[in-house]
Parts: sequence; structure tokens; C-alpha cells
Amino acid sequence: MTHSSDPVRALLRGVGAYVLVALALAFFALPLLWLASAPFDKHPGITASVPEFTLDNFRRLWDNPNAVNSLASSVILAVGSAVLVVGLSALAAYALSRVRIRGRDGLLYALLLLSSIVTGTAAMVPIFLLAAELNLVDSYLGVILVLTGGLLPAAIFILKDFMDTTPRSYEESARVFGASPLRVMKDVVVPVVRPGLATVGVWSVAQVWGNFLIPFLLLRSPDKSPAAVVMYTFYTEGGQPDLALISTFSLLYSLPVVLMFLFVSRRYGFRFHGGIKA
Amino acid sequence: MAATTSSAEARTPGEGQEEPEAAELPVAPERDAAGLGRRRAAGFVAPALILIALFLVLPAVWTLYLGATDYRLTGIPAIDPSFVGLDNVTKALGDSGFLDSLWLTLLFVLGSAVIGQAGLGFALAWWMRDRKGWVKGLLEALVMLSWILPSSVVAFLWIAFLDRDGGTLNELLRTPGTAWLLDHPMLSIIIYNVWRGSAFSMMLYAAALGNVPASHLETARLAGANGWQILRDVVFPRIRGHVLTNLLLISLWTFNDFTPFLITAGGPDGKTETLPVFIYKTALGSGQLGYGAAISFLMLLINLVVAVVYLRLLGQKKKSRKTAKSPGESRAPEEEAA
Repeated sequence: MTHSSDPVRALLRGVGAYVLVALALAFFALPLLWLASAPFDKHPGITASVPEFTLDNFRRLWDNPNAVNSLASSVILAVGSAVLVVGLSALAAYALSRVRIRGRDGLLYALLLLSSIVTGTAAMVPIFLLAAELNLVDSYLGVILVLTGGLLPAAIFILKDFMDTTPRSYEESARVFGASPLRVMKDVVVPVVRPGLATVGVWSVAQVWGNFLIPFLLLRSPDKSPAAVVMYTFYTEGGQPDLALISTFSLLYSLPVVLMFLFVSRRYGFRFHGGIKA
Repeated sequence: MAATTSSAEARTPGEGQEEPEAAELPVAPERDAAGLGRRRAAGFVAPALILIALFLVLPAVWTLYLGATDYRLTGIPAIDPSFVGLDNVTKALGDSGFLDSLWLTLLFVLGSAVIGQAGLGFALAWWMRDRKGWVKGLLEALVMLSWILPSSVVAFLWIAFLDRDGGTLNELLRTPGTAWLLDHPMLSIIIYNVWRGSAFSMMLYAAALGNVPASHLETARLAGANGWQILRDVVFPRIRGHVLTNLLLISLWTFNDFTPFLITAGGPDGKTETLPVFIYKTALGSGQLGYGAAISFLMLLINLVVAVVYLRLLGQKKKSRKTAKSPGESRAPEEEAA
């Protein structure tokens, strides 16, 4: 009791805490600085520094057809996958939450584990062979289906928790008035779990937006490559990485996920609502 | 077993008591509020399950099969692979390349996830717990930013940050010419991954700390407990489940992470060749698809073992908490009893 109220000690502790916080701030901020400075610099180098301000880099980027196309492909892939993931996982999570099936939780855990393993490098070869077999190589649909299959287990897992916590009484009364299950889901359940759907949607978009491996593997023609892959093709004639292009493109490519994240955290509060909880 | 209990636990205590009984029944019609019925419920689940079966389970099984063959990208085995059984697995267990890579992966998981991300994530959540103001806002924003940026961008940022000539780190430390990625490759990617992933632990622990009643902390403080004792005796027992879930998820993610490849490409000289990178190089680099698949299979097994160990620990915690809870809900902090 006495030692903790000693003012010198308390002061030292306060100063110590703030030094640590300052170090943490520096640790997280420093690698990001370059992304903030280089795109606006007339002669961007590898060092983060106060830029000689210009917007020319953005004009150069706009004139580069690869860059613009790749952002469009990223949008197609991300929106396509997110729509599929949200739609299918909502249906499945709703049914799994309302009707008990033996072994359901075990199955969900097994699929969740499998998805965290298989979507990486482990199943690269079979995924390519499978896509070749189904004629899905070099098509957006192939990438969307593979990514959706990988994201679905976690999406169902998160959404089921949301569905479990919603009250059932509304559904019962809707049913008394003769609404069909799909109708009940659309008009009663979806509005209640909207934050959950938004979380899963944003999470899917972010996952697909940043995914490098699957499109790299499955999309063969360069004009279909999404942003994550195209970033590695920006070199000058001399074989050096084109820093002006890379930095500007990185900024534009990052912006949508950041904005989306801000939107969702403002609107719904991006917290663990019991989504992933023990 | 552990799965059922832990999902029941995730719900609010209000409906907690009906869960265990319901779990025994195959169908509990009274809970089926929307009148789905089993058949329609199956129809709702089917589209998702079909996609999962086709694009997740099938490739996994295919990996198993490939791992038992000598399938290669080129040459005779590419056309007519022959069945070699467990030869690939025994070969891997004697392959120093595989064992080195396994060791590096363990280092990577322990250093960057279990110690780094979980530790820093907890420290951040603890410091931010009931704080407001711009410093907290800024720190939180930066931590989240490092987590949500696309990995291609982040990889390039770190290459630039650690660059030998003119990287920001060298400029700051006034150590021009230090090639961090060549001299300390493993340390570099471990620190990179702490930076990249701490946000998840921070968010999860922040949610967990919200469940620790402020009155308990106050009581402990009045009883003269110091910071460390409060953490150990009051906070930790309450968030043990969250700690385990967090460790499980971040371990698995880090174990299977491919981003180090985007920074170091496994180099220099294989010093950062974690298992995903090793598989990529074996399967696609040198074309030994069968052998690569067998290593994937071993990786899958290790993942499974890790997951089962965590789930076991989680199950133990559930049991011990249930017995401890029964005397009364508002249990006194441990050191008061001691």
C-alpha cells in the first residue's frame, strides 16, 4: 500500500509507460511513412522523407493501362467473392443455428481448421489441377469459387455466433402470419444480424483484395491480373523497381480497404461481438 | 467434445443453461423458430457445403493422394506417376532441408506469434483499457493499419524500410550499409510479423479485458497487490479462454503464412525458408509435386496436433471453471483467499 503511493515511483512509472508507448508508436509508424511520402515526391527514393510535392505520379499511374485494369480486376474478384460468401454463409449459418444436427460443431471446427491450412500453399498443386479439369483456368469465376470455398467455413463460424444471439420470438410471430422460411430470413433475420453480415462482407473483401497466391496461380493472361499480382511487374527499363509507380499504386490499392474498414468500424463498431470468442 | 462446450460458452450467460441439454438431442424442434424443418435446413446449408467440398475438401484429399505418389511436373512421372506409399514421408523425415525448415517455422511461430504478437497485443490492450485521447486513437489506428493493408504493399514497405542503401531504418540509426535482411534474416521477418499481426491479439484481448469487472481490479489494488500479481491472479484466470483461442488462431495463421516469401523469398541461403516457402520451392520450383504434397500432408498433421492440444486445454478450463463457479457467482479474487 505504501510503496505504490510513493510519488517519485509513480512519476517514474508514468514516464516509463509513456516512453514505451512512444516506442510502440514509432514501431508501428516508421514502416508506414514511406507510403505516405513517396507517392507525392517528385523523385521518390527508398527513404521516407519530406516530399518535393507533386501529383504527377498519379497522372503517370492513370496513363498506365495495366495499373487501371488490375484495380478493376481486383474489384471484380473481391465483390464477386464477397457476395457469394455473405449469401451462402448467411443461409448456412441460419439453418445451422436454428436446427440442431448431430456433430455440427465438430464439423464446423474441422472445416475451420482445414480452411486455415488448405487455402495457403499446401493445396496449391491440386487446386491448379482441379481448375484445369473444370475449365476454370484464366477465368475470374475460377478464382472466385476457389477463394469462396476457402473463406466459407470461417464466415459460417462467425455468422452462426451472430445468429445464435438473436431472439427467436420475431421469427415465430412472422411464421404465425404465414411467412415462408426464406421470407422470414430476408425480412426478419437479415435486418437483425446486419452488423454480422457487414463484418463478414468486409472481412471477405479484405481477404480477396490482398490475396496474391490464387490469382497468381490461376489467371494466366496479364490483363486479368489483379492489383496484388501486378504490383510485382512495375520495373523501369533499367530493371530497377519503378518507385514512383509502385508507391503511388500501393497507396491507391490500399485506400479502398482502409476506407471500408473505417466505414464499418464507424457504423457498426468493429469489435468481437462474440464472433470469435472462447 | 471441446467444440460443443466452447460454442455454448460463447453465448451470453442468459441462455447458457438450456444449451447442454439441447446438445444431447439430434433435433430440438422447439428451438426451430422459423419452422425450417430438417429438409429445408439441409437445402439452406447445401450450396455452401458443395462449394466447400469441391474447393476445400477435395484439394485436401487430393494432396493426400499426390503425397503417396512420385508425381512430378516434368519427365516420365508427370505422365504416369507411380504409387510410392509412405516413401515420401520417410524421405522427408530424413531430409535435412525439411528438418531445418521445420525448425525455422517453429522459431517463426514462437518468436513472432506466441511471444511477439500475443505479448505486444496484450500490452497494447492493457495500456488502452480505460484510456481516451488522441495518443490512444493514433496508436490504435497505426496498429490496425499495419494489419489491414494488403500483403503485397506491406512486403514492399518492409523491403524499403530495411533496405541496405538508404532504407529508413538505416537513416534513422545512422548505420548506412547494414543489410538487415542479409545479416539478420530470421529476426527481420519475426519482427515484421509482430508488426503485421499484433492488431488481432490487441482486439481480442481488449474484448476479453472488458469482461474483467473493474471492482475486482480495485479490490486487488486495495489489498496491496502489485501490477504483476493483479495480472496473474485476477485478470489471467478470467481471460484464459481468450488467451488460448488467440494463441491457437495466431499460431495456425503464422505457421501457414506465405508473406515472408514476398520479403526474403526464403533467402539468403535458405535462412528464412519456412515450411510454406519450402513446399512452394519443392513443388513448383524443382517440380517434385508428389514430395511437396507429402510435406503439405505433414504440415497438415502438425496443424492438427497443435489445434487438438489447444482445444484440450480449453476443455480443461471449462471443466475447472464450472466446478469453481457453483459455490457462488461473485467469486473473490484469488489472493484474498490465499
